[in-house]
Amino acid sequence: MLSWWLPENVATFGGEIDWLFHLIYYITGITFILVTVTFLSFIVIYRDRPGRRARYTHGNTPLEIVWTVVPSLILVVLTFLSVPAWSKIKMSLPQTDFVVQVTGKQFNWQVTYPGPDGRFGTPDDKTLLDEMHVPVGKPIRVNLRSEDVIHSFFVPSFRFKQDAVPGREIPTWFEVTKPGKYEIPCAELCGFGHSGMRAWIYVHTAEEYAKWAAANLAAQAPVAQTAQAKPSAAKGESDRR
Amino acid sequence: MSATSVSAHGHATHVGHHELGFWRTYVFSTDHKMIARQFLFLGLFMMIIGGLLALVVRWQLAWPETAVPGLGWLLTDTGGVLEPAEYNMAFTMHATIMIFFVVMPILAGAFGNFCIPLMIGARDMAFPFLNMLSFWAAAVAGVLMLFGFFVEGGHAAAGWTSYAPLSAVPEYTGTNWGQNLWCISLFVLGVSSMMGSINYVTTIINMRAPGMKLFRMPLVVWSLFITAILLLLALPVLTSGVAMLLFDRTLGTSWFKPSGGGEPLLWQHLFWYFGHPEVYILILPAMGIASEILPVFARKPIFGYHAMAFSMIGIAFLSWVVYGHHMFVSGMNPALGMSFMVTTMIIAVPSAIKTFNWLGTLWGGRIRFTVPMLNALAFVWMFVIGGLSGIFMASTPVDIYIQDTYFIVAHIHYVVFGGSIFGAFAAIYYWFPKMFGRLTNPLLGHLHFWGTFVFFNLTFFPMHIIGVGGQMRRIYNPLQYEFLQHQQHWNVIITIGAIGLGLSQIPFVINFFWSLFAGSRAPHNPWNANTLEWSAPSPPPHLNWGPTLPTVYRGPYEYSSPESKEDFLPQWQPSPGRVGAGRH
Repeated sequence: MLSWWLPENVATFGGEIDWLFHLIYYITGITFILVTVTFLSFIVIYRDRPGRRARYTHGNTPLEIVWTVVPSLILVVLTFLSVPAWSKIKMSLPQTDFVVQVTGKQFNWQVTYPGPDGRFGTPDDKTLLDEMHVPVGKPIRVNLRSEDVIHSFFVPSFRFKQDAVPGREIPTWFEVTKPGKYEIPCAELCGFGHSGMRAWIYVHTAEEYAKWAAANLAAQAPVAQTAQAKPSAAKGESDRR
Repeated sequence: MSATSVSAHGHATHVGHHELGFWRTYVFSTDHKMIARQFLFLGLFMMIIGGLLALVVRWQLAWPETAVPGLGWLLTDTGGVLEPAEYNMAFTMHATIMIFFVVMPILAGAFGNFCIPLMIGARDMAFPFLNMLSFWAAAVAGVLMLFGFFVEGGHAAAGWTSYAPLSAVPEYTGTNWGQNLWCISLFVLGVSSMMGSINYVTTIINMRAPGMKLFRMPLVVWSLFITAILLLLALPVLTSGVAMLLFDRTLGTSWFKPSGGGEPLLWQHLFWYFGHPEVYILILPAMGIASEILPVFARKPIFGYHAMAFSMIGIAFLSWVVYGHHMFVSGMNPALGMSFMVTTMIIAVPSAIKTFNWLGTLWGGRIRFTVPMLNALAFVWMFVIGGLSGIFMASTPVDIYIQDTYFIVAHIHYVVFGGSIFGAFAAIYYWFPKMFGRLTNPLLGHLHFWGTFVFFNLTFFPMHIIGVGGQMRRIYNPLQYEFLQHQQHWNVIITIGAIGLGLSQIPFVINFFWSLFAGSRAPHNPWNANTLEWSAPSPPPHLNWGPTLPTVYRGPYEYSSPESKEDFLPQWQPSPGRVGAGRH
């Protein structure tokens, strides 16, 4: 029942998370049904009725060993099955030439592209507010930072989440499989504007992205301003409280 | 003071020696039973405030930016509509109050104080004066916490976890003295817990009645013993943490502020190194209470007494090495995530052992559906759900998605409300006759139980669903997000459930006060139970027993034993037939 409620997954590693989610869902679901049926039938069968004395027993060691070992084995298997996905998502960074810097700041996501020279911290950097553009089918490296408090970069459709911690830069990555427009909330309480701290990520096809980059990330300013005007209008609407 | 501490050590000559005045009997009492009642009243009073705050939060989430009924007089400038900063304050204080001023005072404070001396056959705690100080420190902490609502800038609004630097720099939340008072209050509460837990551990180790071996102790005493050890080791970590936080806020230190070279994750390490054992501090006494009540009303020995005690010890030990599972996506080295995943998975095993043993206790019993039993049964079933949903978060990849969503909120409420609060209700109905010398009204008790049970599930089960749908916790308005629009009807259903849950507490309040003054007088042993407290009068007098302490002949769960014609065989009765003291 729960699993129908997951948002559509559009990231390469999302399938592995969803698979583990469903595996745990079925294991815990079956356990819950078995325990509930046992529990309810004991309550009905062994309710207080006259003329019967309760069974005098202090336990049953073989039975207790069984119900210790079986859950242990299931949990060990679950642990081993979780390891590859975790290594892939959080412990490795695929080779890529696409790097953006995302900085959380009360209460915006600032998305910085290195500009034509391919390096950060130079005058041709382009920073967008609450708006990110990436191509589909390419690993995206995100260097996550924060200027003030802890924020959390969450893209539900990518099954992606990583806290942004002031004082450090955390390299993360994802790869999207389907073009579209996806929401980026902030998942860590960051102050009174926390709820309104949301951005959009636009996933383009390779050609569309090239067109967008040429228009918005090229050397000079006028086009960049149009890119900034749009999100701030959208922001004004979302920030209405 | 010297008189009471001497008499507490069981000198028969002191029994009934002196009449105490009003202040020494009802206010500054060193009697563990009066201190227990004081903790109970503190917890129940704070539960009303914590519960009302929850309803404010729920109203906001179901019908965002509409006036909360009845709040117009308080929020005059908005006519009762919550501002985002006030919303943050409401959920921060809901959690802080419920955890520190409701569950801990009721389970560890009230029932720890009431049960430990009475169930091990002691006249009082080892240090009665320290015990009194521990209550009054907790009361002062409560006053300081409530005072935060009235200071300029409002109360703490950085979540009950108070993650730095949000909590460390006043400008980031806009609250100043509210957050300072939050730190000071928890510091004082930490001192109170220290005094209480030293007392519990010393009393259990040193003051057991003749024959009360460790493995003849009732499981609720075991659970309180282990809880006290956890408190003793965990609370000082929080206490030092909040002191450091207060220094960062007021004295210009930089423990947690990167601007001065501090490390924000240090707060999280300190907080969760306390915070995860804290979860078990909240649930272990409830586990003990269930293990106590199920045998009494199933008329059967507990299934696997030793496994029950050892699994609690195992949980306590493991609770120190799992804390990092709160920090899988915090920026902590992901390699650490692996080891925390392994330990977190392992800690599910002792919980599974306990659940199956509770089922084993019901098997072949003669189950009586009294109000305490219903609450204990609900505890078991709700704890199963809360335990199983925990496995989702133990798996690190799944946790990436689940972390900080309503799925976590559902999980913690199944453990802390479905577990600890049902355990607290079970304990209140079970020990009320002993505590106050009067019986409660079963009809009102059933009404309270069924209302609470039904509305509890209506409130908290759908939170799993919206959590899986991606709804974040701590957001002011879910309708701001396009991907959450389609599930807003669940927020409305949850809020209706929460209102029902609140209304279901009315029969409890009526029952509690009506029974307190007008309930029928309780006999010594109304439930035909085995443990020592039922051998004392209801309520037990000062120093609990007459000139001689009871002697313990057997373990606490000899129900339906072939040794006795009755279906119970109390710990204090010499063997009726064969020679020997039964098992344990």
